[in-house]
Amino acid sequence: MPKHTFRVNGEQVTVDVADDVRLLWVLRDLLGITGPKYGCGINVCKACTSHLNGNAVNPCAIPVNDLEPTDEVTTIEGLAATVDQDLHPMQRAWLEQDVAQCGYCQPGQIMAAVALVREVTAHGRELTEADLDGIRNICRCGTYPRIREAIKSGAKEM
Amino acid sequence: MPGSDGAAIGRRRFLGFVIAAPTLVAAAELTRPESAAATPTPVAGQVPSPEITKIVDLTDMMTAATLPTAGLIRVEVHEDGTVSFALPRAEVGQGITTSTAMLIAEEMDVPLDRVRVTLADARPELVFNQITGASNTTHSTYTPIRTAAAIARLRLLEAAATVLGSAASELTVRAGVIADRAGNSVPFGDLAAKAATDRTEQVSVELKEAKDFSVIGTPRNRIDAVAAVTGRKKFTMDLDVPDAKSTMVCRAPTINGTVESAANLAEVRGMPGVTDVAVVSTGVAVRAETFGQCVDAVRALRVSWKPGTAEGKSDESVLDELRAAELPLGPRPPVANVDERFTFYFRSNSALEPNCAIADVRADRAEIWSGLKSPIVAKQEIAVKLGLPLTRVTVHVTDSGGSFGRRLFYDAALEAAEISQQFGKPVKLMWHRADDSRQGRTHPMCISRVRATYAGNTVLTYRQRHTSVATDLGHGFGEIVTALAARLPVGDIGFSETFFQLSQEMSYKFGASTRWLNETDKGFNTGSMRNVYSPDATCARELVVDQLAGKMNKDPYQFRREFLRDDRAKAVLDKVAEVGSWGRQMPANTAQGIAFHAEYKSVSAALVEIDCRPETVNREIRDGVAGPRVTKVVFAVDVGLAVNPRGLEAQMMGCICDGIALTLTSSLHLRDGHFLEASWDNYFYTRQWNTPPELQIIVMPNTSEQPGGAGELGVAPSMAAVACAYGRATGTMPTSFPINHDTLSFEPKPTIPPVPESPTDGIRRAR
Repeated sequence: MPKHTFRVNGEQVTVDVADDVRLLWVLRDLLGITGPKYGCGINVCKACTSHLNGNAVNPCAIPVNDLEPTDEVTTIEGLAATVDQDLHPMQRAWLEQDVAQCGYCQPGQIMAAVALVREVTAHGRELTEADLDGIRNICRCGTYPRIREAIKSGAKEM
Repeated sequence: MPGSDGAAIGRRRFLGFVIAAPTLVAAAELTRPESAAATPTPVAGQVPSPEITKIVDLTDMMTAATLPTAGLIRVEVHEDGTVSFALPRAEVGQGITTSTAMLIAEEMDVPLDRVRVTLADARPELVFNQITGASNTTHSTYTPIRTAAAIARLRLLEAAATVLGSAASELTVRAGVIADRAGNSVPFGDLAAKAATDRTEQVSVELKEAKDFSVIGTPRNRIDAVAAVTGRKKFTMDLDVPDAKSTMVCRAPTINGTVESAANLAEVRGMPGVTDVAVVSTGVAVRAETFGQCVDAVRALRVSWKPGTAEGKSDESVLDELRAAELPLGPRPPVANVDERFTFYFRSNSALEPNCAIADVRADRAEIWSGLKSPIVAKQEIAVKLGLPLTRVTVHVTDSGGSFGRRLFYDAALEAAEISQQFGKPVKLMWHRADDSRQGRTHPMCISRVRATYAGNTVLTYRQRHTSVATDLGHGFGEIVTALAARLPVGDIGFSETFFQLSQEMSYKFGASTRWLNETDKGFNTGSMRNVYSPDATCARELVVDQLAGKMNKDPYQFRREFLRDDRAKAVLDKVAEVGSWGRQMPANTAQGIAFHAEYKSVSAALVEIDCRPETVNREIRDGVAGPRVTKVVFAVDVGLAVNPRGLEAQMMGCICDGIALTLTSSLHLRDGHFLEASWDNYFYTRQWNTPPELQIIVMPNTSEQPGGAGELGVAPSMAAVACAYGRATGTMPTSFPINHDTLSFEPKPTIPPVPESPTDGIRRAR
């Protein structure tokens, strides 16, 4: 079977699996990294949102063969380390707002939020209500209002 | 067990036990003795009361059902100073592990972060007392958990008295440390073994008075919040059970269809990563190294299918069935009246975590892991299915990624057990989202007919006939109802009717009021959905209330205020009207709506503002539904006693998002024996673009010493208030829900193969 090598949460990893297996299953089923969640498998619910080289992506829609050895995948487990802290400011904001209910979607929500704030910052503008309306990550518990509050306060600390 | 009557001694003194163990274990029966005294004895020959919920509601009924059969729940103190408790309920996001830890922290004077609450395995000895439903958890466990915790504290004090050489009455407890007046102290951990007993004995203890509470009633964050935001919280599919490989089932194109023949099992068995393929009772099961390879295998299978249980049916044909089954209201009365019929389409109770379970079935034993709200029934059925004695089946209850009614059933656990037995290997079973939506349980389609008569300023009669596709209550609720139905003054009616009567309350002074349920068609996979009847029945009622107010030329808020029976009800209504500035001037095509709902010994009111202007309704949303925007919600809730106001607010927030979806956007479309929806971009649950930008939730001051129910409470008033606001903004009362059901806003996915391929373009925007 083909070997694939790339970086996950700061470490180089190599997996032996068919080219077209999507990254989500490589992370979860082969590497045991279970922070990214399955919610649909077709890049709709966004529960698996993680970062690839700092940008938000959905591993359920990435064949592992698309990854280069230098590509850096960051899952929720590796987020805090990107700022060299125990918790990323967005995770702290999540705790302050007590956002999570069942918690299943929250790793994806937080990863999407961090990427959104980075993108807005890169464009040199303030976060808007329209930006928040545009977040597609679904939360079946309906924590949306607290997510909005957490992103606004987390953005200030990033 | 001695003294199992568990009678309350005095107002706050309760009986419990210390249990023989190496370190301190205090226990109590999972009963509420004072509730036993409060349960009314039906008078022989008493006619059914039109307000049966005033005598005994569903909360009382479930609590009463627990009395004769309850086992013990145990608070354990460990040598590291922590306290642990295995809660015989399911945590599905509603926050009961946190509120339970708060009860223990309160009674023991131990810091909240030193209390560890886990979920108990299925315990058949608890009989009816291990079901998580009907918003009953806090109501039924409030006193037993505190009793066990208080006994633990008492024993620790006695042990400390010996260690410190001081009378127990001279000692103080603070933050898990016991100190004497001289300043000498000893932590709980050092006392864990000393306070233990080698002989189980009964102990009586006094509980704290509410005025002394420092934890109960204060807003606290969830105890699992850090685990949730760091990805460390483990759900079923995150568990590492040796050799439990990814497993999925290829399912039929129509509801509950079964396999006739499968053409290429051997070919699929040879696909990359695949280890096992076999026909099972629900389809063709495949086991592989990764779920991705399961998806490929499911898609490659060539299966011919036998018909299902709803063959050829559609929304239109079910609507005809419902109309035919509706109990007659008789000819229109000769007095002024409002007569309306409301339609509520099928809705999905899918959680974000799909149906899933791990099963490791061996020749002589089985072990199951799943998020289960009825684990005892699950364990019993799995044992029967596998042909194993009950004692050889272990069922672990895992944290669930949401429930909304779905986890009352154990479809995945039963299926995983069957597959593991057939393969002779452990399996980690996951339903694909498309399966979860199309073959998973639904809230049944129903109609609600309401006729109210009035004269002058008086409502003479209010009659409601609710007609529904049958709701499956076979998860253990049914058993509780069976056990008690005969003793209730409701006459000879079925389980569903009893459940309906007990969960519906007429809060308004509407003269002679009756409500009846009729059911039809058991061909669908149904269940409750936060909750069973209330959102639809209440939405219909509140819309009729607005109609009646209009006929009498009264303001909708003032009309409700005038007709509501009790002060708690009026207080929440007044609160939302005041805080939400009821009656303020609003632009054309926007409006306020107000609604009220009582259930589970709790009351709630919602004030909603909605924007139905064309530029809002038609705003561009990719692969989603825009529609009217709820721009503001003010919600007031009185649950009697709020253990964790912050958790209660979270529950109401979720209920509000549900209510918005139920009125405006979310439904399943039934066509030709199957549901069209197969994705979260087909089934339009509330998303960020539907979320109210302004939201205020007001937890009212406590009105009781006992907590009522909360988990489902807020859906009904939210749904109703959105509907009322929509009616006022558009000038047309909605009668069909959700309002966008007639517009299909997506391209349906194929049913063969039953699951879509995962996309391959995810990397495009990342570099």
